[in-house]
Amino acid sequence: MFARWEEIKKDRRAAWVAYILLAMLLAAAPFLIGAGLGRGWVRILDFTLLYVMLALGLNIVVGYAGLLDLGYIAFYAVGAYLYALLASPHFGLHLPFWALLPLGALVAGVFGVLLGAPTLRLRGDYLAIVTLGFGEIIRIFLNNLNAPVNITNGPQGVNFIDPISLGGFSFSQTHTLLGFSFPGIYTYYYLFLLLTLGIIFVSLRLQDSRIGRAWVAIREDEVAAEAMGIHTRNVKLLAFAMGASFGGISGGLFAGFQGFISPESFNLFESIIVLCMVVLGGMGNIAGVILGAVLLTTFPEALRYLGDLQRLLFNDVLVDPADLRMLVFGLALVLIMIFRPAGLIPSERRRREFGSEATVLKQEQASLYDSQR
Amino acid sequence: MDIFTQQIINGLVLGSIYALVALGYTMVYGILELINFAHGEVTMFGAMIALAVMGALLGTDLPGILIVLMGLAVAIPGCMALGFAIERVAYRPLRRAPRLAALITAIGVSIVLQNVAMLIWGKQYISFPPLLPVVRYEILGATITNLQILIIVLSCLLMAGLLWLVTRTKLGAAMRATAQAPDVAGLMGINANTIISITFILGAALAAVAGVMVAAYYGLAHYHMGFLLGLKAFTAAVLGGIGNIAGAMLGGLLLGIIESLGAGYIGDLSFGFLGSHYQDVFAFFVLILVLVFQPSGLLGERVAERA
Amino acid sequence: MIASAEAMTATTALLRVEGVSKRFGGLAALDDVSLEIRAGEIYGLIGPNGAGKTTLFNVITGLYAPEAGRVLLGADNLAGRKPNEVVARGIARTFQNIRLFANMSALENVMAGRHVRTHAGVVGAILRDGATRAEEAGIRARARELLDYVGIGAHGDVLAKHLSYGDQRRLEIARALATDPKLLALDEPAAGMNPSETGTLQELLTAIRRDGVTLLLIEHDVALVMGVCNRVGVLDYGKKIAEGLPAEVRSNPKVIEAYLGGALA
Ligand SMILES: Nc1ncnc2c1ncn2[C@@H]1O[C@H](COP(=O)(O)OP(=O)(O)O)[C@@H](O)[C@H]1O
Ligand SMILES: [Mg+2]
Repeated sequence: MFARWEEIKKDRRAAWVAYILLAMLLAAAPFLIGAGLGRGWVRILDFTLLYVMLALGLNIVVGYAGLLDLGYIAFYAVGAYLYALLASPHFGLHLPFWALLPLGALVAGVFGVLLGAPTLRLRGDYLAIVTLGFGEIIRIFLNNLNAPVNITNGPQGVNFIDPISLGGFSFSQTHTLLGFSFPGIYTYYYLFLLLTLGIIFVSLRLQDSRIGRAWVAIREDEVAAEAMGIHTRNVKLLAFAMGASFGGISGGLFAGFQGFISPESFNLFESIIVLCMVVLGGMGNIAGVILGAVLLTTFPEALRYLGDLQRLLFNDVLVDPADLRMLVFGLALVLIMIFRPAGLIPSERRRREFGSEATVLKQEQASLYDSQR
Repeated sequence: MDIFTQQIINGLVLGSIYALVALGYTMVYGILELINFAHGEVTMFGAMIALAVMGALLGTDLPGILIVLMGLAVAIPGCMALGFAIERVAYRPLRRAPRLAALITAIGVSIVLQNVAMLIWGKQYISFPPLLPVVRYEILGATITNLQILIIVLSCLLMAGLLWLVTRTKLGAAMRATAQAPDVAGLMGINANTIISITFILGAALAAVAGVMVAAYYGLAHYHMGFLLGLKAFTAAVLGGIGNIAGAMLGGLLLGIIESLGAGYIGDLSFGFLGSHYQDVFAFFVLILVLVFQPSGLLGERVAERA
Repeated sequence: MIASAEAMTATTALLRVEGVSKRFGGLAALDDVSLEIRAGEIYGLIGPNGAGKTTLFNVITGLYAPEAGRVLLGADNLAGRKPNEVVARGIARTFQNIRLFANMSALENVMAGRHVRTHAGVVGAILRDGATRAEEAGIRARARELLDYVGIGAHGDVLAKHLSYGDQRRLEIARALATDPKLLALDEPAAGMNPSETGTLQELLTAIRRDGVTLLLIEHDVALVMGVCNRVGVLDYGKKIAEGLPAEVRSNPKVIEAYLGGALA
């Protein structure tokens, strides 16, 4: 009895130490990376955090509720365009960031419900293709809504978007504190980190709740879930809305950070890249999804070194490394699904679901094909 | 010139191409209940392979029509091999896995093929060499070219051939049996794996022909062309009732006509607000409307989920 | 105990099925079926395979909308209502071909069954305020209690799909009970069970009834039906061909004919 208590106390202490170390690492990250790899990588770090938020949003829809959304980037687009149109010279509007951020989440959430509603009765694969269609429709409209009334400025996109600032504190400028100099990309990092932590917190809380259980139940067997009294329509819409609102937040941050957006940032491949992140790390597992986002955002940058390597070896760049990016992503999707379907860090549940024991199960052997859904 | 008749003709041409591609989706879906996202890319490979062969033969003094036929003669087996390999390597290991896994793999395969094509043939548009002399005919106040006639006639022949194969031959009977009850078919001595491979191969052969048709019709091919084409063909398959072969043909023709009439009249329909660059939106709208309101399509049967 | 339960079997109808018809294409799976389930009884529904028993369940629980007829719970017509609405009004069910949430633990399955009787939403989940925490603790406690009640309390953390067949059937019952039903509809709960498991199941059914839940039972195991049911209805080709006390039904010539002198003879 006594010994166990000691153990628990030691465990707790170890956990605290780990948390504090992690916090220090996260706080020092831009300085470490900036010093070690250069400022360019701090910018990549900022983008990584944006993608982590996006991926965690898609994780709610795909990972928790099992709804394969191939048009998810549309919500990123909604958040980004909302910010861009309300805080740029395009309409001459300059709404403050503190209002735009929740507004972006809200409007994207509403879009999530609007686009989700017609798809609810569809089977999984139909849902995938309809959401893909919605994503493309939104992009086509962004591209063409510059005439006869110029709303989106068409393919040129929106430029000179206001940088993010809060109560006179501009995130795009260099600040000095305690003798340390914080360039814009550093201060943005801390803002994004804070919001990412918020989104992680929300994801964790949802996962372990009445709503989270309902999501998984629907993913497992929709008919049974309904027969147990779960209002499948509302619960699915909730997943769409939550996922979309994360996307909206991320999109708004993207617009303010980048200062410029155009429809091409929101094409199908972006949706697929985010899906890759969720799948690679492990659907339904927060740590896995974060890892997936980190790996896949840094990977294309690391690929650039492949160009230098070619120059060294052949005195020429034979294959543009940027062209390999999507190829590798596609291969990753296939290979992961075949060899490690639960992802790099599978959630306990997904691991069991995709794990080898699943295939031995009698019911699943009964038919050559997935008979349940 | 009669715009309406002209749009109908253009629609029929597009539609017969959609129908050929849609058959590949519908046959695979009928048997595996899988949306083979990579099928559009197989079509693209058909066009690219044929163009590569034709490009190589361009300097010779072979007659133009022969060069095109040789392009086709290489593209068809090339795509058949590709279709076979896709199923073997990517889909078969996942046949018992959750549906989500197979779907994600299919998307992955599609991206891989697109990017492999980009690495092989580059990012630029490849033009279809002017090997076929264009002849125009006047009909009901509209124009139709010999190529358009060829596309419609050849598609009809191929579809008729496929219908014959599926309904009149032993192989077709085995395919239908496997689609309906794989276990029972297995008991009757039908090797489901073989049938599934054959289904992919047949679909790929049709896709190869469709790919060459698209390239000839628009005079261009591009590594990215399979995506939209595939999506539209899938829409056609859904419109007709997925899994239903006659449905794919009907859906293809209908979608072609809807699209070309829509593009022709969208300005009038929207009081000048939307222009013809919204053409591609039609396919998506048709897809969404059908899936939401009539998911079994025009000819598919509605089956209630059993509890 | 049994005696008092018998006394409790009032004649008030809990559920009235009136003239229900359901077709699949050309097939009349249910043809003008009427029956009445009284509060506190165990009503057995038997009939040959394909007679329409499961279809009637699906109509009652909202999975299918009937072409004709009413399903009255009190004054409330359930026909055409959605399954979740039916559950909220107090009818829960199990499935003939087990439909558990395969990759959730046994405990989570039952907790999911509490969904309809609890309220926490997204805001509560995120803030985890006092009320939400209390509700969540209540869900967990009730789920554990139900697992014990059906006799699989030791397997709470096991994934549903890894449970034995008999335990999966019990888990379905526990999950259904978690919705606090007035009427519990069980579709062949003894299918695939061995005699000793069936014996325990019979005790469980009696206990559930004793605790105030009315039962509608589809079953092929004749001994079980005759042993626990107060009244039995017989379906054949979508029509009700007989109804009455188990002993009456058993000797009814129409019933014997329907079974071709098989199971009941
Ligand atoms: N979803 C459905 N679609 C078509 N036919 C069905 C469906 N469900 C049941 N049936 C048919 O209705 C009849 C009754 O089936 P069912 O209610 O399952 O019988 P039971 O449960 O008494 O064995 C059977 O002939 C069955 O094939
Ligand atoms: Mg039954």
